[in-house]
Amino acid sequence: MNSTLEFLSFSDPNVRFVVIGTMILGATAAMVGTFSFLRKRALVGDAIAHSILPGVCLSFLISGEKDPLWLILGAIISGWVSLLMIDGISRTTKLKNDTAIGIVLSVFFGAGILLMTMIQHSGNAAQAGLDKFLFGKAASLTQDDIMVFSGIGIALIVIVLALYKEFKLVSFNPDYAKVIGLPVKFLEFLLATITILAVAVGIQAVGVVLMAALLITPASGARYWTDRLGKMIIIASLFGAVSGFIGSYISYIAPSMPTGPWVVMALSVLAIGSIWFAPKRGVFSKLKLSWQNRDKILTENILKLFYHLGEDEGDFEKPRSFKQLLTSERFKELELTKGLKMLKKNNLLRKKGETWFITRSGFKEASRIVRLHRLWELYLNQRLKLEPDHVHNDAEAIEHIITPEIESLLEKELDRPTIDPHRSKIPYPTE
Amino acid sequence: MKNIALETHNLTVSYNRRPVLWNVDFELPSGQIIGIIGPNGSGKTTLLKAIMGLVKTSSGYVKIFDQDLDDVRDRVSYVPQRESVDWDFPASVMDVVLMGRYRSSNLFKKISQKDKDIAAEALEKVGMLEYSGRQINQLSGGQQQRVFIARSLAQGADLYIMDEPFVGVDAATEEAILNLFSEMKKEGKTVIVVHHDLQTAKAYFDWIVLLNTRMVAAGPKEEIFNEELLQEAYGGKLNVLSKVGELVREKDFPIREK
Repeated sequence: MNSTLEFLSFSDPNVRFVVIGTMILGATAAMVGTFSFLRKRALVGDAIAHSILPGVCLSFLISGEKDPLWLILGAIISGWVSLLMIDGISRTTKLKNDTAIGIVLSVFFGAGILLMTMIQHSGNAAQAGLDKFLFGKAASLTQDDIMVFSGIGIALIVIVLALYKEFKLVSFNPDYAKVIGLPVKFLEFLLATITILAVAVGIQAVGVVLMAALLITPASGARYWTDRLGKMIIIASLFGAVSGFIGSYISYIAPSMPTGPWVVMALSVLAIGSIWFAPKRGVFSKLKLSWQNRDKILTENILKLFYHLGEDEGDFEKPRSFKQLLTSERFKELELTKGLKMLKKNNLLRKKGETWFITRSGFKEASRIVRLHRLWELYLNQRLKLEPDHVHNDAEAIEHIITPEIESLLEKELDRPTIDPHRSKIPYPTE
Repeated sequence: MKNIALETHNLTVSYNRRPVLWNVDFELPSGQIIGIIGPNGSGKTTLLKAIMGLVKTSSGYVKIFDQDLDDVRDRVSYVPQRESVDWDFPASVMDVVLMGRYRSSNLFKKISQKDKDIAAEALEKVGMLEYSGRQINQLSGGQQQRVFIARSLAQGADLYIMDEPFVGVDAATEEAILNLFSEMKKEGKTVIVVHHDLQTAKAYFDWIVLLNTRMVAAGPKEEIFNEELLQEAYGGKLNVLSKVGELVREKDFPIREK
């Protein structure tokens, strides 16, 4: 508890640097990553992250120091070279884009590891800590780092705000952007550059391997909450910032825990949570819809059974035993119990002792379903020229989804028919 | 002859080194509804893309209102095929139509109220105004097509170039588009439409370009719709021409000497 308070008070400057740094990184990477995600370039972020390593090493070899600005410059250059190579390979050879990404990623990363090993064995004292690029060093961010991150972060936000609508169009429909005369090449160059920049700074927190997650995961989660690009960017950035906060908090209260991987863990939880629980788009709400559909089909089928039994015996109000209902249709026992309960709750059926009978509103509903079934059968028979013995199964499903508007269309088109293709009477409500 | 809206001169285009358009050469009058007709794989979409500067041409040139495309971009509008974009993109109908108001001159600038009014008017014209806040993936295919056309109308151009606007649309959309065409014609606009259905072409268009890798014929529809020309356009590819095309691709040979 104490350590939580200490953490939240931000009295320790190191805590401040780490928290602010990871939050900026998380938010900016998420903002930029939203465009990569929408342009279906999720893998490109991964390629850039891996390709940055040789640039960082070379810039250290040339400058001889670990000045973050120099390292980022080296990162940008090698990131750009890798993008140009991916583009060049997929344009001039028969290799597909994913193959080109795979080749460039591994060659650059291999070269980077080679250089890094060389530097580590060179005896240069200044090299200590360069390998943090591989796995991140969020827990040891310094004030200088924060200054660089904030500067780059602000620059990225300004660029995205200034060219927001053009980036939107280029991501949605680049051909159209070209046709109306927008400088698409330049805009794509800018988009690539801000991605490289976001990767070059983000990598210092989470390392090469986890960087792609920082770019793409927030966007993929945010997409589930909104249908607007502006909101999506804000939600993704929030996810990024919150994860940065959680990651640094966990590594603070449990000092043996690394920050970067926890940032990514927090992000993954947010994204998976979104995929599951977001309203409308989420898996859970889709599941709920399919449960509702199943219940609707079940209860309507039970009502229909009451109608059919009543029709056969000429007595719709006659009580029915559970056993009779169970044997007349192919219900499962549990299903039928559940369905009867739901119908009773909605006052469509009533229970008297051990028998069930249909209420007035239940009968109205039952005849509506039977009417839709028979109208649809007739429609298939007359308009689609299907044989009468081929229409039943189709109508079994369609009867449950026909809306009142479609019902009146059917009635009108078939001229309010009274007999279905099997010579059964089509029931209409009696006013 | 009337004013010329579009001229292609000896246009040749190759895809993956295989020539898909050979020496296409025509002049299309302004103020007409013009259909570019041909069987599948006859290079119709490529022709539009070449006109709009989206694919590189191997030879020839395109003139729009007797000028280069770059000088008349504000007067030309392009409606790409509906399937060419991902409709799951997070945008509303209004967002997409407003894209028709973007210009290289309003880079960095925000969309103005006037732009929004123009976009709303364009949506009204295609009968989609009530959907302006709708997410674009909730639209039917026909509605998506109308959104694309509204975006193009919002540009306020004189020449409209549309790629297969009638593919996969419902009857209401077809009617809306046709009404729009006759209205545009009244306003003196020129509409060039790629269309693959021969049955409807005669009813839809005033002018026809018959295309099958090379231009078979171009002219008022009464002149074009005869058995001989249709047979020529739809009766399969020219054997020798496609053999030479194959050869060019195989040998990786330049289609022009320089």
